[in-house]
Amino acid sequence: MNSSFPLFPESASTHAGSVDALFIIWALVSIFFTVLIAGLIVYFMARYRRSHPEEVGTDETAAVWLEIAWSAIPLVIALGMFVWGTRVFFDLYRPPANAVEYTAIGRQWMWKIQHPEGQREINTLHVPVGQSIKMKLASEDVIHSFYVPAFRIKQDAIPGRYTSIWFQATKPGVYHLFCAEYCGAEHSKMIGSVIVMEPRDYEAWLAGGAAGKSMVASGGDLFQSLACVTCHRAGDTGRLARGPALEGVYGHTVKLADGRTLTADDDYLRESILNPSAKVVAGWEPVMPTFQGQVTEEQLSQLIAYVRSLGSASPAGAATASSSPPVAATPPAAGSGAPQ
Amino acid sequence: MNTTAAPPVTATAETGFKRPHYLNAAYGVRSWLLTRDHKRIAILYLISVTAFFALGSLFALLIRLELLTPEGDLFQPDTYNRLFTMHGVVMVFFFLIPAIPAVLGNFLVPLMIGAKDLAFPKLNLASWYVYNLGGIFTLWAIVHGGVDTGWTFYTPFSTHYSNTYVISTALGIFITGFSSIFTGLNFIVTIHRMRAPGLTWFRLPLFIWSTYATSLIIVLGTPVIAITILLVAAERVLHLGIFDPALGGDPVLFQHLFWFYSHPAVYIMILPAMGVESELIAAFARKKVVGYKVVAFASVAIAVLGFLVWGHHMFVAGESIYAATVFSVLSMLVAIPSAVKVFNWTATLYQGSISYQTPMLYALGFIGLFTLGGLTGVMVATLGFDVHVHDTYFIVAHFHYIMVGGTIMGYLGGLHYWWPKISGKLYPAFLSKLAALLVFVGFNLTFFPQFILGYLGMPRRYWSYPPEFQVLNVLSTAGASILGVGYILPLCYFVWSMRYGKDSGDNPWGAVGLEWDTTSPPPTENFYTTPVVTHGPYEYNREEVHNRMSQEGTIG
Repeated sequence: MNSSFPLFPESASTHAGSVDALFIIWALVSIFFTVLIAGLIVYFMARYRRSHPEEVGTDETAAVWLEIAWSAIPLVIALGMFVWGTRVFFDLYRPPANAVEYTAIGRQWMWKIQHPEGQREINTLHVPVGQSIKMKLASEDVIHSFYVPAFRIKQDAIPGRYTSIWFQATKPGVYHLFCAEYCGAEHSKMIGSVIVMEPRDYEAWLAGGAAGKSMVASGGDLFQSLACVTCHRAGDTGRLARGPALEGVYGHTVKLADGRTLTADDDYLRESILNPSAKVVAGWEPVMPTFQGQVTEEQLSQLIAYVRSLGSASPAGAATASSSPPVAATPPAAGSGAPQ
Repeated sequence: MNTTAAPPVTATAETGFKRPHYLNAAYGVRSWLLTRDHKRIAILYLISVTAFFALGSLFALLIRLELLTPEGDLFQPDTYNRLFTMHGVVMVFFFLIPAIPAVLGNFLVPLMIGAKDLAFPKLNLASWYVYNLGGIFTLWAIVHGGVDTGWTFYTPFSTHYSNTYVISTALGIFITGFSSIFTGLNFIVTIHRMRAPGLTWFRLPLFIWSTYATSLIIVLGTPVIAITILLVAAERVLHLGIFDPALGGDPVLFQHLFWFYSHPAVYIMILPAMGVESELIAAFARKKVVGYKVVAFASVAIAVLGFLVWGHHMFVAGESIYAATVFSVLSMLVAIPSAVKVFNWTATLYQGSISYQTPMLYALGFIGLFTLGGLTGVMVATLGFDVHVHDTYFIVAHFHYIMVGGTIMGYLGGLHYWWPKISGKLYPAFLSKLAALLVFVGFNLTFFPQFILGYLGMPRRYWSYPPEFQVLNVLSTAGASILGVGYILPLCYFVWSMRYGKDSGDNPWGAVGLEWDTTSPPPTENFYTTPVVTHGPYEYNREEVHNRMSQEGTIG
């Protein structure tokens, strides 16, 4: 039998402390009430033990103030913990503006991870200490759940949409990465490691691997090879243009043909690639074919990363850059995850 | 309450004439399978749910054996996934939901309200047949290889990726749902229309209040799971895009529909146990339940609020953080009536006359375990905390504290309390107390380590696990084997007592309540004359009660 026998999980992210604090206070409250109730029961059992077979209890009933007290006190405690827990929760789901976006795609039964710089890993995730990292999650098949106990984070990866959660690692080490949502036969084998490194070691690791192209660069290549560029020509608003130019679109308001408006985010771009006629931009005809089945989840993420990289470009600048290959136009930027 | 007239014939050795009651009113298989007597139907249900409980427990045992070691070495992963799925399906739909309403509720509702039977006796019998028909569908699926989706049937795994018997299992649940609806409908009508003269709403025993609240949930909630199952079947068979994103559906929609029923279903399981608890505490402290109206309305509040909290199962499923906030605060609110009940039960012991009989041991165990189950429930309703423990063993431990520590403790306590009423016999006192102790100790040893495992991060539904989790898993498996013995003992001595047990007399506990005003076992028509009720359900400080105890004697 294994000799190591932990009773408390490792803490390796900035979230760990706040979640543990919630847990410890709740545990103390629970212990208090459990001991109180159990103590009263044992005391009453001894004190009021039936002394002869025909004995009956009194007609005593609790005073109204007691009923009010034991309704109000739990209510106040619960509401207090609700407010605190909600603050911790909002923090878990609201990444800071400087968070770098990594992508994890779940499939039966592995995690496929891509770094913004283009490194790909399966079931391992290397991250530097001290960097806020937003995990963007998707799934190729069933629902999975990205769970790193040492970071106290968990988020389901759902087919057909993007979800995300963020963390900032605080301690170098190797930590479990689990799939927490039951996903079929090898669910318990869909586990891996998060390897937290000092920034210097992380840079060395990045440099040592066969990096390939960055997310944005790969997306730019796809933009060419899938011929997106023929219709979505940068700066082209002329007679021959068949689709809106994508510069400056990401994170901005889009007006649709049916009069609605929405903010162009990852899910909108994803839908517009896979199901283009669902939300057509005002002023354009629904002529785009679907790319469902032609692009993988990973390629979708790359395409979206590329379109997002165009987001910050001013329309004028984009027009001049339109003739040059998009790959060169946009170096991978750490802050690209945050809409401006 | 006016004591109903004494039985026309007293059972005495001299006359050698057996007093007629529902068990000896007729003999033969036909007299049971075609009976319309609510008490006999309760016995039929008792046999059926016991069989399903045994099956579900067997699956649990096999799961715990696999988890003794970190490596998956006893079963193939596919087999393990089927085991925990079938454990959940059988326990939830074929044991926990029907157990207390269909067995104790069926037996007691007419007796407690002074009625001759339920409002629709044939519908009642039909519900038992429908339950078994659903059970047969599910058993068919088990025999042919089972189902591996988890009892939650999450899409798109269940509609597209699983190659197991999803449809037949789900159809079994669909059919069994109708038996729940029949029973719930029957209780609602009976409680409204068939109360004895003078039995006003606030003179009803608390078991009736909680059964009534449960019936409301059953009737309103069960159709939703039925529709959900049909939609899953439609997607699986006809490839309609409802939940599968590849077909244009939304997988999270399934979770909304599923939990819209399945969270209230938790209250279908626990509310009747709370009702039993109130009866046990009153009877074995011989005292009015403190805050009767508060406890009664708490049941109704739980039933209503229980419908508004389903989203707390989806805090990490991509639900909007604002929706999550609303579901979190509502989940906090639904915990308050439960907490209030716990305080009222505890306060009832104050200045009571507390007996240490077996049913009371279960009742006191229930309070302790339910308190811990409830508190950990509020913990997981806390958003920031839930993210870490969601889908881990912390959740497994939490809901077993409610389902096993609450519902099964209540069910066993109730069976021990009313067994003399059901069978007219006593079971061995020492052995039954030993069993209660084994259940309590075994239960805690099984499930407490799982709280720690969960906070350490062990996900649920894992067939193999990292080695550092082994010690706690071994403790859990050891506890499960003790728990198993604790469950087998009552089965043995209850069966034994039917033939060899001492006669219990009509009211061995010296309890009050209409069900104890008639003979044990009761005649087919329940009462020799219709009782007339003049006071509340737990009035022990009365001359009449005292006189009766002196005359008949009690073992309390």
